[in-house]
Amino acid sequence: MAVGAASPIPATGVFLYKLNNPSLRVSMLHKRKGNPFTEGSRELFDLAGQGRIDVFFLGGAQIDGAANINLVRAEGRRFPGSFGSAFMYPMVPRTILFREEHSKRTLVPKVEFISAAGNPQALLTGKALFGWQKDRRRFRLESVHPGHGVDEVRQETGFDFDFQEVTTTKAPSDEELSLLRGPVAKAIQADYPDFAKRVWGLN
Amino acid sequence: MPPDYSMPAMEVVRELIRRKSRNLRLLGVPVLGMCADLLIGAGCVAEVESSAVSLGEAGLAPRFSEAVEENLIRMKDATCPAIHTALQAAEKGVPFMPLRGVLGSDLIAGRKDWKVLQNPFSPGEDPILFVPSVTPDVALFHARWADEAGNVWIGRRKELATIAHASRNTFVTVEEIRKGDMLEDELLAPGVLSATYVSGVAQAPNGAWPLGIAGVYGIDDAHLALYAKAAKTREGFEQYLKEFVWSPKKSFSPASSPA
Repeated sequence: MAVGAASPIPATGVFLYKLNNPSLRVSMLHKRKGNPFTEGSRELFDLAGQGRIDVFFLGGAQIDGAANINLVRAEGRRFPGSFGSAFMYPMVPRTILFREEHSKRTLVPKVEFISAAGNPQALLTGKALFGWQKDRRRFRLESVHPGHGVDEVRQETGFDFDFQEVTTTKAPSDEELSLLRGPVAKAIQADYPDFAKRVWGLN
Repeated sequence: MPPDYSMPAMEVVRELIRRKSRNLRLLGVPVLGMCADLLIGAGCVAEVESSAVSLGEAGLAPRFSEAVEENLIRMKDATCPAIHTALQAAEKGVPFMPLRGVLGSDLIAGRKDWKVLQNPFSPGEDPILFVPSVTPDVALFHARWADEAGNVWIGRRKELATIAHASRNTFVTVEEIRKGDMLEDELLAPGVLSATYVSGVAQAPNGAWPLGIAGVYGIDDAHLALYAKAAKTREGFEQYLKEFVWSPKKSFSPASSPA
């Protein structure tokens, strides 16, 4: 699994997963200490080009119903740019899309600029989890997080999606929560001090 | 130029601003951050080619965003491995190199210099992106050590070697100049950029500040946050320049973050 730039939420998930699966190989692109890369910043892309990366994570200023992501511009505003997404998305077999803000502003019918196109494994937001139907090229709502509902998700999503049997996203167990608040938060802090402060209250 | 996390020559950036450099064309390998935002805000830049310009956790690069929104600079959007590939082609002296992926991205429509062609070795249909080699005029970065033989130690930051190999000139600032020749030390040699590629070296202690240099000092996150806030407005940016660029002494503040 590889975690790219500006990805504190995926980094948190991957750290938690690794605690229970120690044999998992993880690379964090911007890890300040003990970074696995020794061939410079091209190494991640060379690994992906060879098929050595199984799972990657991508966010987007906008994400649309065809699973395109936009990291370049929206509503007259300029964003940082596409980073490695145009390459990683089609090259990595399982790319998980993530965007904490679940709104019509972020989840749109059609992105203004396609930074990258691909077939994602899933789309995870602050309200819900979507699966991707490759044959139909449409998202399917799989679960809504505790405290949110299907109607709310329909209202707050700018694109059409399928849904049938929607479950409630499983909340973390007490053990997972204590890992998240303990060793995971601590590990994240080294590379994402602001995130660790905002979310976990670490100073 | 390398990204903020890969030994940027910040003191040179400040000096370029003080010298009122104009019409610079920046190539981010593969992304850019505060260095580019400073140069853009100070009016030094005509064109940026990069996969992204961002201040990382400190947020958007405000001077870059505004300059693109107001059409003050030309932006050539790229994706990270396309930039590495173009430089690797230059390293090898070949005119172009293919790269997988990218197909389906609007980046291709914006890049008249990129071509999608049939893989000449495939019997079936197999479109693949070709990017032309790029030979920058100048490679610019900061490093921990240079030595008396003119070699520069870059450690694991091998993109710096790639930039240097591909560029016509390579200028490096360093924390320290060591005695002797690092290529004679088997432990140091794998991280050394040979003097063959180096056009000029100058010593600039804390030369990456407020960014970091691995193993010596870390990124000054508090200062980066201060910059991100100040640069949100033109007035705040000018005030920042006044305080940290026009008066050079302040830029040599001892870095306090852990390495």
